[in-house]
Amino acid sequence: MTMLLFLLVAVGGFVGAPSRYLLDRAVSQRVGSDLPWGTFLVNVSGSLVLGFLTGLSLGGHLPDAATALLATGFCGAYTTFSTFTFETVRLLQDGRILHAAGNAAVSVAVGLAAAAAGFALGLAV
Amino acid sequence: MAPTARGDVSRRPPVDPDLDAGPAGAPFDRGRRARSGRNRAVVLALACGGAAGAVTRYAVALAMPAAAGAFPWGTFVINVTGSFVLGFLLILVLEQFPRGRLARPILGAGFLGAYTTFSTFMVDAVQLVHDGRPTTAVAYVLASLFAGLLAVWLGMGSARVAIRAERWVQETDR
Repeated sequence: MTMLLFLLVAVGGFVGAPSRYLLDRAVSQRVGSDLPWGTFLVNVSGSLVLGFLTGLSLGGHLPDAATALLATGFCGAYTTFSTFTFETVRLLQDGRILHAAGNAAVSVAVGLAAAAAGFALGLAV
Repeated sequence: MAPTARGDVSRRPPVDPDLDAGPAGAPFDRGRRARSGRNRAVVLALACGGAAGAVTRYAVALAMPAAAGAFPWGTFVINVTGSFVLGFLLILVLEQFPRGRLARPILGAGFLGAYTTFSTFMVDAVQLVHDGRPTTAVAYVLASLFAGLLAVWLGMGSARVAIRAERWVQETDR
């Protein structure tokens, strides 16, 4: 069973990481701003979905295999913390302190709100 | 005109590490077929890096399980170590191998992007509040942010020191 769960996590990551790349690239090309809106959108949408899945799981409505594939695999790989911190440090190094602080604060605030909304929804099911 | 200005990437990497180092919107001179073939290779490389990153994160998370209401050390360690390595790697790749096409997608956006996770970070915090531990939730969010940013900065600095040390060794060997 453990081997199967590892395999499902790998499949989720195989799909999640390129999904992030493609969405990030599409958003960056369209927005035309050098603020990292692509990463923001990816992280907020992924937090909403993972919140929902976690709520479902606590209610006993999500089997272990689905948690491994969708939550740990897909959502974990789709969203990214390292790109978020890297982009924030790059803004700081460019002397754009307000942009850096805004990026960190807004990403966390909206990410928490999205995760909480998804979680409440998942629990309510 | 060169396809992209990869040869003269500035010392500072772009803000968005997942995208190309070339100037924004730089035209590709190659045909559509070469372009779509290259895109497919990048997406496949990313997918493989992503699968490996997700599995590594799962293994670390299993090794450091957090009880309900406790500080989520597993996710914290994953996100901080991944931030350090990404800072180190992007400086190394951009300065030492500016022509490498797949190292960044495989390791940066693929492996480390999938190894670290923002959604688990957020949901961990929400669950702490749900479990009646709002103080731990606030401490967790602030500690992750602060340590993550510091880790990227230290990773970038370490890479620059390593590159300088290597150049110094090469020059003194001559």
